[in-house]
Amino acid sequence: MANIVVLVKYVPDATGDRTFTSDNTVDRVGVDGLLSELDEYAVEEALKVVEAGDGEVTVLTVGPEQAADAVRKALQIGAHKGVHVLDDAIAGSDAAATSLVLAKAIEKIADYDIVMTGLASTDGAMSVVPAMLAERLGLPQLTFASELTIEGDTIRIRRDGDAATETIEASGKMVVSVTDQINEPRYPSFKGIMAAKKKPVETWSIADLGIEASQVGTAAAWTKVLSFEPRPPRTAGEIVTDEGDGGTKLAEYLASKKFV
Amino acid sequence: MTEVLVLVDHTDGAVRKTTSEMLTLAARLGEPSAVFIGSGADAAKDTLARFGAAKVYTLDDAALGEFLVAPKAEALAQLVAAKSPAAVLIGSSAEGKEIAGRLAIKTESGLITDAVDLQPGDGGVQTTQSVFAGNFTVQAQVTQGTPIITVKPNSVTPEENAGAAEVEAFDVSVSDLAKTARITASKPREKSGRPELTEAAIVVSGGRGTGGDFSQVESFADSLDAAVGASRAAVDSGWYPHAFQVGQTGKTVSPQLYVANGISGAIQHRAGMQTSKTIIAVNKDDEAPIFELVDFGVVGDLKTVLPQATDEVTKRKG
Ligand SMILES: Cc1cc2nc3c(=O)[nH]c(=O)nc-3n(C[C@H](O)[C@H](O)[C@H](O)COP(=O)(O)OP(=O)(O)OC[C@H]3O[C@@H](n4cnc5c(N)ncnc54)[C@H](O)[C@@H]3O)c2cc1C
Ligand SMILES: Nc1ncnc2c1ncn2[C@@H]1O[C@H](COP(=O)(O)O)[C@@H](O)[C@H]1O
Repeated sequence: MANIVVLVKYVPDATGDRTFTSDNTVDRVGVDGLLSELDEYAVEEALKVVEAGDGEVTVLTVGPEQAADAVRKALQIGAHKGVHVLDDAIAGSDAAATSLVLAKAIEKIADYDIVMTGLASTDGAMSVVPAMLAERLGLPQLTFASELTIEGDTIRIRRDGDAATETIEASGKMVVSVTDQINEPRYPSFKGIMAAKKKPVETWSIADLGIEASQVGTAAAWTKVLSFEPRPPRTAGEIVTDEGDGGTKLAEYLASKKFV
Repeated sequence: MTEVLVLVDHTDGAVRKTTSEMLTLAARLGEPSAVFIGSGADAAKDTLARFGAAKVYTLDDAALGEFLVAPKAEALAQLVAAKSPAAVLIGSSAEGKEIAGRLAIKTESGLITDAVDLQPGDGGVQTTQSVFAGNFTVQAQVTQGTPIITVKPNSVTPEENAGAAEVEAFDVSVSDLAKTARITASKPREKSGRPELTEAAIVVSGGRGTGGDFSQVESFADSLDAAVGASRAAVDSGWYPHAFQVGQTGKTVSPQLYVANGISGAIQHRAGMQTSKTIIAVNKDDEAPIFELVDFGVVGDLKTVLPQATDEVTKRKG
C-alpha cells in the first residue's frame, strides 16, 4: 500500500520568452506555461509504484489560477486526484515560503506514504524544495533518484553524484525526488483525457492550511531580487563554410585567440 | 573582522577547485574560515591555507558520511549558531544545494543558489546569478538570517592569499531524525583521465551529429587538454554517460572555450553552456540555432572538420 503525493509545478514555457514582472519576480501570468516537464517523471514513477502494488496518486500544486492546467495534465496522465493551493497572497514566494505551503498542504492531505517530486523546476531550477520540505516535515530524503526499488516499506534509490554513484535507502514516510533518467513518461491517452474530467480536484487557500498572509509572498521572502538585466546579445560571430579547409580554419581561430 | 564560512568540497581530503574559488569570494566579505567535514583534513590544510583560510573547522562524526545530507546540515547549523558568520558559502552541486536548503530552513535564513559572483553591499552581500538559460543576469540579496549562498564552479579565478589555517575541531551532535536516509553503497566514478567537466578551461562536446562515434570529439578534446561533454540526445542514445551531459538536466559549464559539435543548440542545452566565454560550433546545418551563440562557427561535417583541426592543433603545439 503506497499513497503518493506528487508535487507538480506550473512553469513558464522554456521555449517562450520568459521574463520578470515589475516587482522583480518571475512572470507566471503573462507568458505561456505548462506542467514542468521534469515533474512528469515524478508522476510517471508514482503511477508505476501504485500500479505495481496499490494506493493512489494525489498531485499537489502551489501556484496561480493557470496552475490548474498542471494538475489537469497530471490527472490526464493517470493521477487519481488533485489539490491546488491558490491564494493571491502566495505570489512572489521564495523557495522557503513555497516549501512551507507545500508542507502544510501535505500535512492536511495526511494519508500518504511518499512525497514524490521532480529533479528541479524548469524555471527557478534551484533543486532545493525537496530538501526544504524534508526538513520541514522531519522526513528522510531520497533525492535525485535515477532508479528506484521498493521492498516492503523500504525504498532504495540509485543516486549518480559528481564523485560517486550511491545506493541510498530509507523506511517509512519520505520525500523522494526523481531525475529524468528514471523512466520514460507516458503521454495522456484519449481515455485518460476523458477520465480526468471526472477526477476530484480541491482548491485550498492559505487560510485552509492555517498559514497567515504575512508568512508567504514577496513581503515574507527571505531573499530579494534587486535588479535583473537581459544578457547582452552576443555579437555575431564569424561563420565559415567548410570547403576542405574548415578544420584548419578552426585551428587558426584557436591560435589567434591563444587557445593553442 | 567577521567570519565567512566556506564548506570545503573534497573527496577524502583532495580539495576541489570550487573550494579555492569560494575562499577567494569569501575574502571579499570577511575572514574566510574553511569548514571541513569528514576525514582527510591534514591533506587539505595546505591548499586551504594557500587560498586564505584563517581557520579550518574540522567536523568528524561517522553519521556525517553514512547518511545523506541531513547530518551535514545539522552540523553546519550548530557551527552557524556558535560562530555567527557573515555568510555561508557552499558549492553548487546537487549535494551542496540540498545541504544549503536544509540549513536555510533550520536557521531561518535566506538562500541564494548558483551565484556566479558576490560583492559586499549595503544591507549585506549582493549576489549575481544567471537565470532562464543564461538569458538574464539577476542581482539579489538575502534579507533574513545568515546569507546562505551556493556558488557555481568556475565563476571566479582563485587568488592565492596566505591564511593561518588554524585547525579547530568542532564537536557536533547528530540527532536520530537526521540518521534516516542511509548510504548503503558508494561506487566512485571512474576517472576519464581528462579534466573535470565543471572545472575545465576548455570543453569539447558532441551531440546527435556524432552519430554515436565520439572518437573525433575525444581526439580533438585531447589535443586541447579539454574535458568532453555531451548533449542529452547523445546521452539518451546511450553514446556517452550521463555524468558528461551538459545542460539543464546535466552539468552547467562556464569554461573559457566551449566547442559544440553536431549539437543543434536547444534552449535546454544552452542553459548549461551559454555563459562560456568563447563559443565555437561545428554543424553541417547552417541554420542550426547554435550558430546564434558562436564567436566562430564552421558549417561542415564534424567527421572531416574535427580530424583536420586536431592535426593542425597538434602540429602547432609541436
Ligand atoms: C526538461 C528538459 C530537459 C532537457 N535537458 C537537456 C540537457 O540537460 N542537455 C541537453 O543537451 N539537452 C537537454 N534537453 C533536450 C534538448 O531539448 C534537445 O533535444 C537536445 O539538446 C538535442 O541534442 P542535439 O543537439 O545533440 O541533437 P539534435 O537537436 O538532433 O541536433 C543534432 C545536430 O547535429 C547536426 N549534425 C548532424 N550530423 C552532423 C555531422 N556529421 N556533422 C556536423 N553536424 C551534424 C545537425 O545539423 C543538428 O543541428 C532537455 C529537454 C527537456 C524537455
Ligand atoms: N509551487 C510548487 N508547486 C508544486 N510543486 C513544486 C512547487 N515548487 C517546487 N515544486 C516541486 O519541487 C521540485 C523542485 O523544485 P525547485 O526546488 O524549485 O527546483 C519540483 O520538481 C516540484 O516537484
